Amino acid sequence: MRLARWDGGAKALQPGAAWMREETDLLAATHDAQDPNRRDFLFLATGAAAAVGGGFLAWPFVAQMNPDASALALATTEADISQIAEGQVITVKWRGKPVFIWNRSKQQIDEANAVELSQLPDRLARNQNLPDDAPATDANRAAKDKENWLVVVGVCTHLGCVPISQQGNFGGWFCPCHGSHYDGAGRIRQGPAPENLHVPPFAFMGDTKITIG
Amino acid sequence: MQGHSTYQPKGGVAKWLEDRLPIVGLVHSSAVAYPVPRNLNYFWTFGGILTFMLVAQILTGVVLAMHYTPEATKAFASVEKIMRDVNYGWLLRYLHANGASMFFIAVYLHIFRGMYYGSYKAPREILWILGVLIFLLMMATAFMGYVLPWGQMSFWGATVITNLFSALPGVGEAIVTWLWGGFAVDNPTLNRFFALHYLLPFIIAGVVGLHIWALHHVGQNNPTGVEVKDFRKDTLPFTPYATLKDAVALVAFLLFFSYFVFYVPNYLGHADNYIEANPLVTPSHIVPEWYFLPFYAILRAIPSKLGGVIAMFGAIAVLFVLPWLDTSKVRSGNYRPMFRIFFGLFVANAILLGWLGSKPAEQPYVAVAQAATVYYFGYFLVILPLLGWYEKTKPLPNSIAESVLGGHGTPAGAVAAPERRG
Repeated sequence: MRLARWDGGAKALQPGAAWMREETDLLAATHDAQDPNRRDFLFLATGAAAAVGGGFLAWPFVAQMNPDASALALATTEADISQIAEGQVITVKWRGKPVFIWNRSKQQIDEANAVELSQLPDRLARNQNLPDDAPATDANRAAKDKENWLVVVGVCTHLGCVPISQQGNFGGWFCPCHGSHYDGAGRIRQGPAPENLHVPPFAFMGDTKITIG
Repeated sequence: MQGHSTYQPKGGVAKWLEDRLPIVGLVHSSAVAYPVPRNLNYFWTFGGILTFMLVAQILTGVVLAMHYTPEATKAFASVEKIMRDVNYGWLLRYLHANGASMFFIAVYLHIFRGMYYGSYKAPREILWILGVLIFLLMMATAFMGYVLPWGQMSFWGATVITNLFSALPGVGEAIVTWLWGGFAVDNPTLNRFFALHYLLPFIIAGVVGLHIWALHHVGQNNPTGVEVKDFRKDTLPFTPYATLKDAVALVAFLLFFSYFVFYVPNYLGHADNYIEANPLVTPSHIVPEWYFLPFYAILRAIPSKLGGVIAMFGAIAVLFVLPWLDTSKVRSGNYRPMFRIFFGLFVANAILLGWLGSKPAEQPYVAVAQAATVYYFGYFLVILPLLGWYEKTKPLPNSIAESVLGGHGTPAGAVAAPERRG
């Protein structure tokens, strides 16, 4: 402190300043003399109210980040599949994400069926129309009773890129971002992705339409 | 620190103010009279350059925000409007976009400087940790800023980076949905990224304040790593000596910066980002901005989703504990012959990782990236702890003055006796 005339009160505020010691002694004395629990109670009650209140107040700030009502209003997408030729894949948009609908050829189905479960890194079907523990057989991945149709969310289970159809080492999809290969049933076979491509909830409306969601 | 407050207000107004708010005295003691080691080299100018870049980014950013629209259907067009219609909009945007790259070039040199000269060692651990925190905040700010133009790289960069959190077991998906505010990167994501991109630079400025506070409390390190012993012999006043040296370096840095802004303004960007975001098509080759590439290479080197994410965050987290991993008693790399070799390899390895990060995820790049990742972590977790025990270091000079003046303590020319010049 180089202040010439007045030290801005710094000396008076130094710990151990004379007046402060007196004050502390006085406080200790009153504390002992009066009910020792009263101040403690006030202190704890105020602290508890502040903590609980803070928690309640924090929640809206956290929750506002979650999807809002309009995003939650579960959008369904209808897709016309009558024009999809054998072997062709189309992409439709559902909840802001691409969904692949693939009309597989006989040969492609046979290749997917020939894969043993033991060859799969992820042995769960990841089909939202089936129980969570359904095994990843081709039958559990494809549409029920219409095994030529494969419907999967086109989002790589690694870091969310859109894989490229009918590329990669296993005839299904290849993700260009980090090199994940999926087979003809959309199952992960090679690369960093941990799960098979997810099968969204969907249903056939007659023979020519699919409703997703 | 001694030798600080030599400020004596002259004149009535200055005295009046100093008695009420000693702000001039504060500036004087931290930027004029502040003693700096007399042997600082040009690697010590990046702190000043970084401060300048932070202010520059805030200034260009604030004016760009006056013309930008953070809405998914309009963001891309509003950036094009800045480029074509807004007066000098092209200049402001190129300054801001290339400024981010320059900021990272300066911060990497600043970090390597600290690592080579052992600036993280006691008593500068908190100073170092605050620096790593600033680095993390810079990465978050740069990432969110890159999303705002809403081009293909913006969108898919945002998708990949936010999806990193989906690797967390159990809560991952919920966290990602929370970050997005939806089921994919979309308008809510863009909106919040804009708000945070505007906020974070001011948080950085606050942490920079703490960083400088900690620096001025413990004093600067110097190329010998020997602490200041005698203020009269070992140090010089910040102004004019350090101020002028910083200014010379800043001008050189700005020349470099200007070359990019005026001659190759898109060299450090990606052509794909001039295509508007399309949630249904991922570009065939997506890469982050160059300053994230080493970490991206580490992410891709590990053939497991969670493992890759842990390794990538671990590559930054390990910097926080660096002060305790380096067991050597000697600070400066100048006196550590084996450390110098391993540190040189570390820098080369970091550049190699950056190059690998820009390559597609195929062999042989993945295998090389795995080897480079092993060296990256090996440097921190094995080499530095062991070197402290096995390395035979060179003798240190007795003082900073001795290292400059050749061991005699007598001034050997104008540089050594600046106070006698003109």
